[in-house]
Amino acid sequence: MEVVLNDRNFEEEVLNSKLPVLVDFWAEWCRPCLMVAPVVEEISQKYAGRLKVGKLHVDESPLTAAKYGIQSIPTFIFFKDGKILNRVIGALSKVALEEKIGEILNE
Amino acid sequence: MSEYDIIVIGGGPAGLTAGLYASRSKLKTLLLEKLAPGGRASLAWKIENYPGFPEGIDGPELMERTRKQAEKYGLEIKSGEVLEIQLFAKGEGPLGSLEKLVKTMEGEYRSTALIVATGTRAKKLGVPGEEKLIGRGVSYCATCDGPLFKDQKVVVVGGGDVAVEEAIFLSRFVEKATLIHRRRELRATRTLCERALTHPKLEFILNSEVIEILGETKVQGVKVRNLETEKDSIVEAKGIFVCIGSVPNSTFLRGVVEMDKEGFVITDENMETSVSGIYACGDVRKKFLRQVVTACGDGATAASAARQYLEKWRSGKR
Repeated sequence: MEVVLNDRNFEEEVLNSKLPVLVDFWAEWCRPCLMVAPVVEEISQKYAGRLKVGKLHVDESPLTAAKYGIQSIPTFIFFKDGKILNRVIGALSKVALEEKIGEILNE
Repeated sequence: MSEYDIIVIGGGPAGLTAGLYASRSKLKTLLLEKLAPGGRASLAWKIENYPGFPEGIDGPELMERTRKQAEKYGLEIKSGEVLEIQLFAKGEGPLGSLEKLVKTMEGEYRSTALIVATGTRAKKLGVPGEEKLIGRGVSYCATCDGPLFKDQKVVVVGGGDVAVEEAIFLSRFVEKATLIHRRRELRATRTLCERALTHPKLEFILNSEVIEILGETKVQGVKVRNLETEKDSIVEAKGIFVCIGSVPNSTFLRGVVEMDKEGFVITDENMETSVSGIYACGDVRKKFLRQVVTACGDGATAASAARQYLEKWRSGKR
């Protein structure tokens, strides 16, 4: 299951997380976001315990979206120990996303 | 390895229609889609020129209905991004018949006939500043990113149907949209132009070319050159929407089938490419009009031609 992120819990859930975190910045009016949503859900189950997967709605959490300069969605940002490791813009296939996850988890 | 009569690559309107026709002909058909069925049509908020829907229809809804219709007749859809196509003669098979091997990131599949419906992706401007500002103000999809530019100034580059539609769509959110086009006149259809030219939130800079996108970590504007006077000016904007056409998703076919300079696949009127048993349909094909309705027509033709190929192949008459 994905964690629902917002401006209030972002610091605790993402920046202070012990696990690496993949954050999906999205909105329901964004078609590619909806197209990639099933992939994100699958990833969250497959990597449970190794990677935290969170979704942040850009309209509902404008402060966090602005802080990370989100101007195109979906944007995926990988966080580890409170730092940004990688940033991917646009919908991508499961294989492509898993490739990025592989890079992060092997570090 | 799984074997199929037909493999369709791409799940947009052309691919899904080809899949529908092939499945209804009781052919064992696999459709490979790299992301999610629907293709670029799924990005359209409203398709107003698809026959039978006088009120217009939502792109994803039309595609979802088509997918269901195809699956109802047995179309198998798998997620897969195709990397390479290989051809090889099948044992003692009939003359000239080649089996097609499709390699994806997820696995390999074989088929007798192949239908390519991989569509296009947005063309880039190729100007300084563009690459580094993608996702930081530079966008190729107004319906995806438009609402993020609420009450801000944006620029739309291009003058065709897509550019004008996107500008009209953006006007719902933004303070002002400036459309910049190289020619003296817009190329879009009249209905759209009339709607755009009288729109209070839209401005036009014609006869001009964007030569640079300005900004370091965020878009600040564009540098525009007037093609007549050759004078440069700066237009301030937070978002730049590039709608200058498309490039075909056909790299994996290079050296396999004939294509034009830009990579659009050349077919005959039955959608057959330079290799018998390989068909191309929809936007990836070199053609006059790229619309959902023409993509569907292409898909139906390709599947029917592929069926005929399979019949000949089986009866050994080829």
